[in-house]
Amino acid sequence: MTAAPSAVPAPGAAAAAGSDDVLLRLENVHTYYGHIHALQGVSLEVRRGEIVTLIGANGAGKTTTLKTISGLLHPREGTVTFEGRDISRTAAHQLVRAGIGHSPEGRRIFSRLTVLENLKMGAFTRPQNDIEGDLDHVFELFPRLKERTSQRGGSLSGGEQQMLAIGRAMMGRPRVLLLDEPSLGLSPILVQQIFAIIQEINSTGTTILLVEQNALQALIVANRGYVLQTGEVALSGLSADLRENEMVRKAYLGE
Amino acid sequence: MTTATSKRLPSPWGRLRARARDHRSLTILAGWAIVASVLPVIVMIPPLSTFQPESLWIDGFANAGVFILLAMGLNVVVGLAGLLDLGYAAFFAIGSYAYAFGASPFTNLQIPFWPMLLVGAVVAATLGILLGAPTLRLRGDYLAIVTLGFGEIVPAVFLNASAFTKGTNGIGGIYKPELFGFQFTLENPVPYYVAMVGVLAITMVFLYRLQGSRLGRAWMAIREDELAAASSGINTITTKLLAFALGASTAGLAGVFATSKLTFVGPGQFGFQVSFTVLAMVVLGGMGNIWGVATGAFVIYTIQAVLLKELNQFFAVLHVPILQSIDFVQYQYLLYGVALVAMMLLRPEGLFPSSRRRQELHATSDDVADVPPPTEALGA
Repeated sequence: MTAAPSAVPAPGAAAAAGSDDVLLRLENVHTYYGHIHALQGVSLEVRRGEIVTLIGANGAGKTTTLKTISGLLHPREGTVTFEGRDISRTAAHQLVRAGIGHSPEGRRIFSRLTVLENLKMGAFTRPQNDIEGDLDHVFELFPRLKERTSQRGGSLSGGEQQMLAIGRAMMGRPRVLLLDEPSLGLSPILVQQIFAIIQEINSTGTTILLVEQNALQALIVANRGYVLQTGEVALSGLSADLRENEMVRKAYLGE
Repeated sequence: MTTATSKRLPSPWGRLRARARDHRSLTILAGWAIVASVLPVIVMIPPLSTFQPESLWIDGFANAGVFILLAMGLNVVVGLAGLLDLGYAAFFAIGSYAYAFGASPFTNLQIPFWPMLLVGAVVAATLGILLGAPTLRLRGDYLAIVTLGFGEIVPAVFLNASAFTKGTNGIGGIYKPELFGFQFTLENPVPYYVAMVGVLAITMVFLYRLQGSRLGRAWMAIREDELAAASSGINTITTKLLAFALGASTAGLAGVFATSKLTFVGPGQFGFQVSFTVLAMVVLGGMGNIWGVATGAFVIYTIQAVLLKELNQFFAVLHVPILQSIDFVQYQYLLYGVALVAMMLLRPEGLFPSSRRRQELHATSDDVADVPPPTEALGA
């Protein structure tokens, strides 16, 4: 991981610009799947310009947290606030307009639509004659997608599908981008690429909440992190501190 | 050599196709005009002319139009939005009874046919929304079961609310349409035929426009992946409701038309076999492809209404005892079943598939034809 030290400053600088400016806040959020109590009082905050990561084992509630923020699930208790507005009960499609982009777990691209159609679908809430610039921006981030515009989403490789999922979420011009396991199932080289792109997206002003199994990489690119354990925040702090933390090192960094 | 030149200079046929793509609505209207004027000529030519007199053919075509409408409407729900509706005949029943209430001696009302077309569509759409609102949160199989139930309940209500519907006797003597003082009659099927073609052409233009619209794209996204659609900012509930409502309104139109032609409506006309037949038409025609579904409906209706009867007569003449004793009309559902199974095995995308469906089901062979080859090899 020689790339690590050089990767840290860029997002750090962005976060320093407005460290008190809370964009997204979860307070004592309890979310259920039927009778299953998935989130048991999660509180966290994401400040404007930051990259924040949620790490934790399978079933700790990382994906549930993202779904609760993006409106695919609603908390039974507690509040989610975005830009000062309570969005606990707001439907997912309205939150896309409000500025929350969600690249869901498992990529969920539209496999029968072409790459271009997938991207345009991401801009569904926006006037269709106003998206050329955003398409160019996505193609700049992911040149590979530009070569594949007329190819069906389902025929892309795993890495390309992940790029498409992120690109699609970017097309809605989110102010906060929720990324669910962007590195899952990718080759080590692609993992590096994806994390570099995440930092690039962040450097242009998009706040990022990143859920990752790859805790080491996540803690390298993120400013701060939260460790979830069985639906609760077990630990939180600056990424650098978490990387040094004994419990984190043992449980998530494999040391 | 020849292929090279034909690629550089588009053939007249190719140019025509390009034109048709640019002016889709006009093409559809022109297509209907051509088909509608050619069909009556074709049935005057043997062997078709020997099956039945021309007026019966025209009458049959007008009836086939009802099923084409139904199939195009169900295609919105099943083919475009991907919601399996097994009780579609309910909306056909609602449109039919709407016209019976609006234009029969039974209610002492005589609202003209043309506004009733709209009324039938609106009433059916409203009930579609009422049914859809609580049930569209269900997915896949569960939605299918609920719609199946609705399809059974609606005719049962019309059967049992006999004070309003004359129950099992049905409502008769329903008024026939009239256009600029010209009265439609039972003896002459031509006006019905012409009116039907008009309704079909307009409906088809409307549906094609809808498919290409923002709403059409939202349906496509929901059919592909509902969660991803919601994450893209699509209101999945209202989008699905609109599919249900539009499908229902088309069935309402069909109901009004069918009732005005039959001049009778009874609860026995809207059993599960109607829902099933229409669904079979959609599947056989090619789910998602509007004109394919329309053609599928036409072919199936004509086979069941004319050719099965002809088959009976044909075998009666042959004097083969076993074949003589078979009434092919009675076996039509068996034949549907066989046809559906055969289709699923041989051509699962339907007779006239939409390009997307064909791609999905024959990914390797058709990708080459429909998608420009990538500049470099696949894989990351």
